[in-house]
Amino acid sequence: MSLEAYAIYKNYGEVEALHNVDLVTERGEFFTLLGPSGCGKTTLLRIIAGLELPDSGTVMLTGGNVTTLPANERNVNTVFQSYALFPHLTLFENVAFGMRSRRLTGSVVTEKVMAALAMVHMEDKKDRLPSQLSGGQKQRVALARALVNEPEVLLLDEPMSALDAKLRHAVQAELRQLQQKLGKTFILVTHDQEEALTVSDRIAVMRQGRVVQCAPARELYERPVNRYVADFLGKANIIAGRRAEGGVETELGLLRLDSPPTWEQGELAIRPENIVFHPERPAVNGLRARVSEAFYRGDRVEVWLEPGNLRMSAAPRRGIAKGDEIWIELLPSALVPLHE
Amino acid sequence: MSSQHHLVWNGELTTRLRLIRRGMYLAAPGMLWILLFLALPSVLLIVVSMTTRGDYGQIEWVFSLDNFTRLMGYSSYGWSADYLWILFRSVWVAFWTTLVCVLLAYPLCFHIANRAPEKRYFWLTLIIIPFWTNLVIRAYAWLLVLAPQLPLAKFAAVLGIIPDGSPLYPSAFAVYLGMVATFLPFVAMPLYANVEKLDWALVEAAKDLYAGPARIFWHAIWPQTVPGLSVGITLTFIPAMGMFVVPDLLGGAKYMLVGNLIQQQFGTSRDWPFGAAVSLALMVLTLVGLHIHRTKGGEGGVA
Repeated sequence: MSLEAYAIYKNYGEVEALHNVDLVTERGEFFTLLGPSGCGKTTLLRIIAGLELPDSGTVMLTGGNVTTLPANERNVNTVFQSYALFPHLTLFENVAFGMRSRRLTGSVVTEKVMAALAMVHMEDKKDRLPSQLSGGQKQRVALARALVNEPEVLLLDEPMSALDAKLRHAVQAELRQLQQKLGKTFILVTHDQEEALTVSDRIAVMRQGRVVQCAPARELYERPVNRYVADFLGKANIIAGRRAEGGVETELGLLRLDSPPTWEQGELAIRPENIVFHPERPAVNGLRARVSEAFYRGDRVEVWLEPGNLRMSAAPRRGIAKGDEIWIELLPSALVPLHE
Repeated sequence: MSSQHHLVWNGELTTRLRLIRRGMYLAAPGMLWILLFLALPSVLLIVVSMTTRGDYGQIEWVFSLDNFTRLMGYSSYGWSADYLWILFRSVWVAFWTTLVCVLLAYPLCFHIANRAPEKRYFWLTLIIIPFWTNLVIRAYAWLLVLAPQLPLAKFAAVLGIIPDGSPLYPSAFAVYLGMVATFLPFVAMPLYANVEKLDWALVEAAKDLYAGPARIFWHAIWPQTVPGLSVGITLTFIPAMGMFVVPDLLGGAKYMLVGNLIQQQFGTSRDWPFGAAVSLALMVLTLVGLHIHRTKGGEGGVA
């Protein structure tokens, strides 16, 4: 276990920023705090970094209590949202900053800085000033500046929010590869669900200062615990129903599912890609539906269905068009009972 | 011939001559301004500084460099450092005044910037009120504060710095006090403009990278405040060199600065030519100071 936080509370006046948050990361794990702005994810990151004190709770780093240890004495480094490179220092000096703070000099510094710059492919620009770099390059330098200190945990505060979409995708892949290569614990804060799914081993979804669900990326997407998580990560059809013999009784009829609900009355969720087209009536969870709208999206067709106002994602080659009557199956393995 | 040559300029058919004439019209007001308020007075000052004082204080148009040799300390009685000492002391006082103002302005600005936004105006007003108050009134106010009956002078007497029952003025201390009080707003206000919009992410980045307080200041705060500081230093150092109200009232004859010397020449001594020469020397010092500030200030990334 590299970083643990237990029972963290933090209030700003009347606003409850964090309410009884627990967080345990494994060594070498890529962990993501995901949520909308104002959910407390950045506050939690700042508490881990030592830039903010929790009202109560404990932060542990490799088994030692660091709750009240200031940022400059914690073996944790941060990549800031604005990158916060020192504008008057060259890239080399920016990356060397942490080691110079620790009064290291000579060839050790040079070697480590050059290795860190090489890691992010910026070694040939070591004498430039931050103002001469593009956003993506600044982000790489910020990464090198943090990693060169060999922190126990690397914290990333929305590091890709300033990049354009295409570059962001490339950087996500690079970041994931880098983390795998170094085997370090990364904690990322983001509001971008796609980014979270791409890079993370585990994700904690937050809302109003609380962790709603903390699970591996795939589990989070496929088995959301409630409507909030189901909606926040991708799209979901929500179907209300009542538990019955062999499944759940809904307005679409009796639906079978692999994991029966624990509630008497509640909601089921199913992802659009788990509603599948059938040429004839399927054996289970079959439904005759009318296409009310069909939007061509290039890689898929987004289909709106009646009854139930369902959203389905179909392959374009099916040629589904508005007004068609089709057979669909709601896959029993992908129907998830929601809680709350 | 070429003036008759037609050309197209910004979509308009015209001639070179017409363009030149129009340019002159546009530049004329500015040129006139510079001529009237900069070039003419400067030329007059230089001319007067080389004339001679008549027996009744009038200007006699006899040209020589005597005023400058006199300023350098040469007279019929031999060499004396008095005037040079006054010039040096002016630079010295201006330097220390500026330095003390800068050292006071930093904590002051951070204190204000850390207040809640609606309370900042209250603190800023406290800085600005004396700034709006007449300089002479403020100097007299200091005389009252430093009067023998009041705690400051009494305390100094207890410490044995001054004899019991005497005021803290005229003295170098009183001059510095008055100078710093006068110029603090000039440093604090431009500095505050920078401190208020400081990028705190840089401070946090420095902290995150194990920097101690000195390193945080030097790398995360100082570079961001250089523009405001540069303005503040210019607004303080230059006028502080020529200041005469404060040293006159709080320093008396004991602590004469170049401003007092100039005032004396144009006033009681009725020696305009020598006054002009001293003024010219002050102008040269000012320009040298500005030049040094410009070239040295460039290192901080400020134009």
